[in-house]
Amino acid sequence: MARVIVVTSGKGGVGKTTTSASVSAGLAARGHKVAVIDFDVGLRNLDLIMGCERRVVYDFVNVVQGEATIKQALIKDKKTPNLYVLAASQTRDKDALTQEGVERVIDELKADGFDFIICDSPAGIEKGAQLALYFADEAIIVTNPEVSSVRDSDRILGILQAKSRRAELGEAVKEHLVLTRYNPARVEAGEMLAMNDVVELLSVDLLGVVPESQDVLQASNAGTPVILQEGTDASEAYKDIVARFLGEEKPQRFLTVEHKSLFRKLFGK
Amino acid sequence: MRLLDYLLGQNRKSSANHAKDRLQILLAHERSQSKAPDYLPKMRQEILEVISRYVDIDEENLQISLDADNGYEVLELNLILPDAKRGA
Ligand SMILES: Nc1ncnc2c1ncn2[C@@H]1O[C@H](COP(=O)(O)OP(=O)(O)OP(=O)(O)O)[C@@H](O)[C@H]1O
Ligand SMILES: [Mg+2]
Repeated sequence: MARVIVVTSGKGGVGKTTTSASVSAGLAARGHKVAVIDFDVGLRNLDLIMGCERRVVYDFVNVVQGEATIKQALIKDKKTPNLYVLAASQTRDKDALTQEGVERVIDELKADGFDFIICDSPAGIEKGAQLALYFADEAIIVTNPEVSSVRDSDRILGILQAKSRRAELGEAVKEHLVLTRYNPARVEAGEMLAMNDVVELLSVDLLGVVPESQDVLQASNAGTPVILQEGTDASEAYKDIVARFLGEEKPQRFLTVEHKSLFRKLFGK
Repeated sequence: MRLLDYLLGQNRKSSANHAKDRLQILLAHERSQSKAPDYLPKMRQEILEVISRYVDIDEENLQISLDADNGYEVLELNLILPDAKRGA
């Protein structure tokens, strides 16, 4: 049975698309059939991060409005088998997506045998974000260790628990936390909320911590999900996240800096 | 400077701790707000209208909250009346 997963955050620019791309590629690399949908109507970013921007012919809105079939619009990823991308539309009409239309697309993907349908949510807590989470069975909440991101995550959790279809049916949406852009040095200096603080504040199960990393920008420049940049911390962090998502036990990593000697700590540098 | 920071910093509250404290209060408040019934804003408006017929009050001086306490739902109304001298 397919699992529908929304990647959401409330606050913008925290790493939803980065996470959607890497989790999708990671699940597909492990043999699951995955469709990743860009719900960010008007802004279309996922195709760039996945590196398939030049192969977009039809988009999500075309399918919802019956101008193209799902088969025509799904872009088969060239790097990872079993991975398909449904691009967002660049139309400026934010009402182009309807709940019925989205439901039809998701049902069709389920019937096509997809194991995971990943919904990359737009920022905000308004209609676009609500549509992206409405059909979700599970949610990945992407949060940065920073006050406004934590607050917005809490609000989007409230919406998941009140306004998703599962909530309307009296069922729970399973929630997972991805804490990203984490900087252990600043946490140790007392300048940044620590992993435990964020987990305690939001009371959501932690899927994993992704460190702040230059490699994320480089991966997006190249149009490759960062999980495929072998040997980097960000890639390792996302691989752990995918493994835990599939039920494996993995100890948390990337929480500490290599300790400087006492001398260097006292006298700086 | 770093030495001083390091030695003194131990018992001073870090900015991350400050952030956590603020968030704890804020999230508790916002969670209770979001659970408040939809009629609350309108009811607040109507109560204000009734009171203003008798006393000249400032809208900000009326606080209404709904809390669950020991299994009871408590509607709390808090109103600061204007200065008696000017009110009369
Ligand atoms: N772990 C990380 N380390 C460093 N930079 C990161 C990390 N994760 C994301 N970024 C950067 O943060 C920016 C925003 O990332 P991304 O587009 O994934 O966020 P988003 O939540 O999808 O944004 P939007 O709300 O606009 O859709 C990008 O420039 C990305 O490269
Ligand atoms: Mg995005």
